[in-house]
Amino acid sequence: MKIQVSRDVLADSVAWTARALPARPAVPVLSGILLEALGDELALSAFDYDVSARAVIDADVAEPGKVLIPGRLLAEITRSLPAEPVQIATSGAEAVLTCGGAEFGLVTMPVEDFPSLPAMPPRAGAVGGGVFASAVAQVAAAASRDATLPMLTGIRVDIDGANVAMAATDRYRIAARDFLWHPEQPGVRAAVMVPARVMVEIGRSLRAGEVSIGFGDGVAGFECGGRTTTVRLLDEQFIDYRARLADTWAMRAEIAVAPFVEAVKRVALVAERHTAIRLSFSEGQVLVQAGGGDIGRGAEAVAAELDGADIQIAFQPHYLLDGLAGVETEKVRLHMASPTRPALITDADDDPAFRYLVMSLRLA
Amino acid sequence: MSRKQVLRSDPGQVPVPGQAPADDTGCPILHVDMDAFYAGVELLDRPELRGTPVIVGAAGARGVVLSATYEARRFGVHSAMPMTRARRLCPQAVVIPPSHGKYAEVSKGVMEIFRAITPEVEPIASDEAFLDVRGAVRRLGSPARIAALIRAEVAERHGITCSVGVASTKFVAKLASRHCKPDGLLVVPADRVVEFLHPLPVAALWGVGERTEQALVRLGIKTVGDLAHVPASTLQREFGAVGAHLAELAWGRDERRVTPHAPDKSIGAEETFPYDVDDPDAIRRELLRLSERVAARLRAGGHIGRTVSVKLRRADFTTITRARTLREATDVAKEIYATACELYHAAGLDRVRLRLVGVRVENLRPAGTATHQLGLGERETGWREAEMAMDRAARRFGPEAVRPASLVRPRFDGMDL
Repeated sequence: MKIQVSRDVLADSVAWTARALPARPAVPVLSGILLEALGDELALSAFDYDVSARAVIDADVAEPGKVLIPGRLLAEITRSLPAEPVQIATSGAEAVLTCGGAEFGLVTMPVEDFPSLPAMPPRAGAVGGGVFASAVAQVAAAASRDATLPMLTGIRVDIDGANVAMAATDRYRIAARDFLWHPEQPGVRAAVMVPARVMVEIGRSLRAGEVSIGFGDGVAGFECGGRTTTVRLLDEQFIDYRARLADTWAMRAEIAVAPFVEAVKRVALVAERHTAIRLSFSEGQVLVQAGGGDIGRGAEAVAAELDGADIQIAFQPHYLLDGLAGVETEKVRLHMASPTRPALITDADDDPAFRYLVMSLRLA
Repeated sequence: MSRKQVLRSDPGQVPVPGQAPADDTGCPILHVDMDAFYAGVELLDRPELRGTPVIVGAAGARGVVLSATYEARRFGVHSAMPMTRARRLCPQAVVIPPSHGKYAEVSKGVMEIFRAITPEVEPIASDEAFLDVRGAVRRLGSPARIAALIRAEVAERHGITCSVGVASTKFVAKLASRHCKPDGLLVVPADRVVEFLHPLPVAALWGVGERTEQALVRLGIKTVGDLAHVPASTLQREFGAVGAHLAELAWGRDERRVTPHAPDKSIGAEETFPYDVDDPDAIRRELLRLSERVAARLRAGGHIGRTVSVKLRRADFTTITRARTLREATDVAKEIYATACELYHAAGLDRVRLRLVGVRVENLRPAGTATHQLGLGERETGWREAEMAMDRAARRFGPEAVRPASLVRPRFDGMDL
């Protein structure tokens, strides 16, 4: 193999591919990034059996071929190369990378031992990258990171024609987002659980353009701008979250999001871990309070329109903030029933796209 | 003249010729210890026994010595000794059964004397306390003078004697009071702490029990001075965090302050089985019983705690403890028990014969600060409410009025075995 590529493009795609490298590879070859040169393209792949990442970039291919290089080292090196074109050529058991005056001889691993990546499943539809990224960010906040209950670490994706619904829960809150996409087939239906961690990575590294999504046998695939991720689906049931979101709430408050978030963040400075931020709603305002323990207390009043009786309710600050962060309208609606019942945070819209149900914190 | 006498002083009095009062600047910590407290109190009612050997303790076959006059101690009698042994050592001693109410009353009176001097009083037993007299110096004079004042007050109001150690740190003060017993006062000047400490045997240091002492002696470390000259890193390697602490103590450094209301740091309960047990079900049942007991005590004291630990002692006395910190602080037996079981299981001692198990909750906070993150679909009243109802039942109908079904003792013990 002998190629020349642009330094920035290479560094960027190696960094992206390296994110799929397993932290503790089950077999040594999985710590490698596979480079495949063919035609006028270079494909970079990483795989950890659950997730695969494959980026294709333009390259001057003098001699096609494949080589498997330790991935993290390659990422470190390409990140710190000078701004010159990069040449990679195999020479015996070594891959020689040159860039400007710098030269690295990297020990390669046997290409034939690298498992073949799952194919990108057939495309089911596509959605704008911005919509996809924001939806994932909104719902993934409520997913659990505790791997002992896999169901809670996933994002449930329900597709019904042009409608997509995503949801996640960690048992203390449920975040749900609805959006429209462009299905290949108008009557397409699907219901899958995708690991939230992987969806977040995909959402974060999205570039402009559309995300194509496909579902295959136990695998979902996401493709955007020459970068393909496949991920093994979670074989899990999900709770009937819609029923919980469709509850009725006696009180409704409407608050401007930005000042409310700022006030909560400020006051939460005196709230220790797992302690409460207390909201007292009354005519025209919400009083945000925290602390009173060992380190002090804080309070701030924020204007709010309250529809219903006065109510006091407490939350863990970051649970509340995760919900408010998902609101895309200028105001947030907070629906409440009682201090010990869950509250619903939504966009200020009668048919909100984002809904976040959060359980309150019971005070002693 | 012995070192003890050199260091001893009689403040407020005209100095004995050739013996200047010890310098007590920078020595604001007092350790006050009643001399043979229970025996001293008993002698108030039995003045005719003054100057004779007297032992306080239950006289029965399994009784232990609670306290003994110095006359009895001369025969080798000391507290915690089995009564039978004490009587063998000192057959002529008069044995008086304890009357605890009396001691508590005197103890209260003595503590009041301390608190009239400074609010910085840290009682460590009914008959001893630390005082930080920094705030009283301007009002009452130097620490040694205050110590003398305390001794006079205690003797006058309660008719018993006490010994006071005056030093710059708590542990040196405690050593000093021990050194000048009975009816003494000893100031260890701040610049002579090392001189005072280094000839002492290592066992004199706080935190050096039998085990540590043996280990130190094995390393050839017999006196505090020996210990002080071992590099701290070596001690740390041999004894872990304790080692680093010992190195500090050996040079008289002790950062611990006098803390008036030492709050409970942890609440625990443990049980030695009448015979070693290897049945995991029986062990879990004991963990449940201990968890119930600890939780009830937490609730009674208004505490919640975040860390649960279990102690498991094998038949050969080797002991392990395992701890886990919970997401939220708790005072619920159900949660403590679940964690204790997980810890027991994770310790890998299933089917290992155990002689003792213990459950402890650490990391305590006032229950008033408790919050509980409700789960979606969680009921509003749960185990906590059920256990609080158990507490109320226990208050009315006595302990164990309500308990988990698995702890209801079978009617025929024998059939269970």
